[in-house]
Amino acid sequence: MGFTGGFWVTMGQHRELGGKRVTTSYSGGRIAKKGQKTAGRDEKIPKPERLHGRHVLNRYEDGMEKCIGCELCAGVCPANCIYVRGADNDPTDPTSPGERFGFVYEINYLRCIHCDLCVEACPTEAITESKMFEFSFTNRKDAIYTKAELVVDDSGKPKQLPWEDWREGEDQHTSGWMRATSAAGDETFVGEVGWSSELGHGVRAPEPKQVVADTSAKTVRTVGRGEGRGH
Amino acid sequence: MIALDPLLLGDLTLGDVVIVLVKVVVIFVIGLVATMLMVWFERKVIAGMQNRIGPNKAGPFGILQTLADGIKLFFKEDLIPEKSDRFVFKLAPYLAFVPAFLVWSVIPLGGDFSHGRTGTVKLFGHQTRLQLADPQIGVLLLLALSGIAVYGIMLAGWASGSKYPLLGSVRASAQMVSYEAALGLSIASVLLFSQTLSTSGIVRSQFGTRNWHLIVTGILPFVIFMVAATAELNRPPFDLVEAEQELVGGFNTEYSSIRFALFFLAEFMNTITMSGVIVTLFFGGPSPLTINAGGIHWDGHLPFGFLNGTVWFLLKLVVFLYIYVWFRATLPRLRYDQLMNLGWKLLIPVSLGWFMVLAAFRVSRDEDWNRWVVYPVAFGVIAVCALLLIAATRVSAKNRAREGAMF
Repeated sequence: MGFTGGFWVTMGQHRELGGKRVTTSYSGGRIAKKGQKTAGRDEKIPKPERLHGRHVLNRYEDGMEKCIGCELCAGVCPANCIYVRGADNDPTDPTSPGERFGFVYEINYLRCIHCDLCVEACPTEAITESKMFEFSFTNRKDAIYTKAELVVDDSGKPKQLPWEDWREGEDQHTSGWMRATSAAGDETFVGEVGWSSELGHGVRAPEPKQVVADTSAKTVRTVGRGEGRGH
Repeated sequence: MIALDPLLLGDLTLGDVVIVLVKVVVIFVIGLVATMLMVWFERKVIAGMQNRIGPNKAGPFGILQTLADGIKLFFKEDLIPEKSDRFVFKLAPYLAFVPAFLVWSVIPLGGDFSHGRTGTVKLFGHQTRLQLADPQIGVLLLLALSGIAVYGIMLAGWASGSKYPLLGSVRASAQMVSYEAALGLSIASVLLFSQTLSTSGIVRSQFGTRNWHLIVTGILPFVIFMVAATAELNRPPFDLVEAEQELVGGFNTEYSSIRFALFFLAEFMNTITMSGVIVTLFFGGPSPLTINAGGIHWDGHLPFGFLNGTVWFLLKLVVFLYIYVWFRATLPRLRYDQLMNLGWKLLIPVSLGWFMVLAAFRVSRDEDWNRWVVYPVAFGVIAVCALLLIAATRVSAKNRAREGAMF
């Protein structure tokens, strides 16, 4: 391609001239506010299966917190956005099973890069990332999510804050965390990507092995909660 | 006689003054709106070229995006660095912004120039031009204003009291000095054929597409003008003044709020005015595109009445605006030595040589010399000069390499 060839390359990218857009609008936004005529245009498009959004701190089915205050997530965080302080459990009224629990847990979302390393580091699957990323605050204080905002409620669902844009049912199927290796050390799943439980709702089937995944890439399916096998 | 505008000949009545004032306001407002649309156009087109969507939220097709940005900039904190020269720091944005607007005053924005007509229109019973002023030194004014525009950028960098802006402004002045010469020489080729410095006279001399200076001057001056103008505008691929990777933000690093907005405005305004200048000098300004070939005759008539010329002007303008965006999307930034080599060793000699050839042709035609002698001699002399220049630069490069210079 000569010197002028580049000009035709760039011009050819116009959609009118056969170029393909790689970005799609996420939701209707302003148009949707116009009312009836454009109803349904504000629906969000489906999110990718592994999207990393805001964190949640999970609990066990009996209501105990999973976090043991080990600070591994804070240690691994490349953006230094997590601040954890552990404390000893009150033996009569423990917050988490075991000796320690996360006494202070703060994530600064002005710094978080959603790399998911905290999720990888967590030994108890306490912290996971949901797929909900639609939040914008006007106050720096709001950007720091404390334990009160991160821990899931009694039904295992994350708490919605006033500045978070959720739609009906979006808190389901949101668990976006995965491990590069088998979580439980089960050799059947070594080298496979395993999914954690759905915010305590259920278990997702592990993804197929790499070779299998390549051939079936077009038919990646999301298994609903409660279905599939555990690991 | 200050201006050739028939409006200002003879007695000056209140009506004449009002028409001039209205023209000033209209040009100012249209200039601002055009800049707003240009920013949107650039972002939208460049997004299309990069497989993106571009602004699409504010207004239909995101057309109000610039307005939103402007309002945001207005409300931002206006910061003046402690080490800056406060007066010059405040003055510089206006020095960049005012020339960009002034150029519009001499560009013919419409009117009928066909068959030697003067391009005047009748407004409210007064004969006038669709152009603010038509001084006899129109083209010189253009060059002068593009020269003054450098001061805005140069002083902005100098007054910031900070090193990267200073580097940017030093680059700006060096770049503008280098390319001003090529710009002027390619304009000189045009003036050779129009035989007037007045912009409306230049437009009048190119009625009919085959009389466009683009064709009459043999395309080369247009190409040189286009390249030199891009360099004058500090637009990619010649945006070394604002090379983010090297200079943070260039000359405007220390500017914020409305002062930054003024620089931004001036930059895009300059792009539009320079496109207007190109259209005026080489593409017949408001004259229509006429087709007279292969049995097809079309005099470029459009159903817009006295605004026909304006519509043609705008159509041509948009083409060049697109080309500037296209440049930006396609070409990577030149290295500094490449920029200087292109300016001094290619554009200036070529434009000068071509100007001499055109002048020789002109003289030979006027004096009725034998063209079959003149043409070979002219091109022969040019070829010898080119070879000598190439040899000289080769020897010089070799000597410099021996002394251990990098470039």
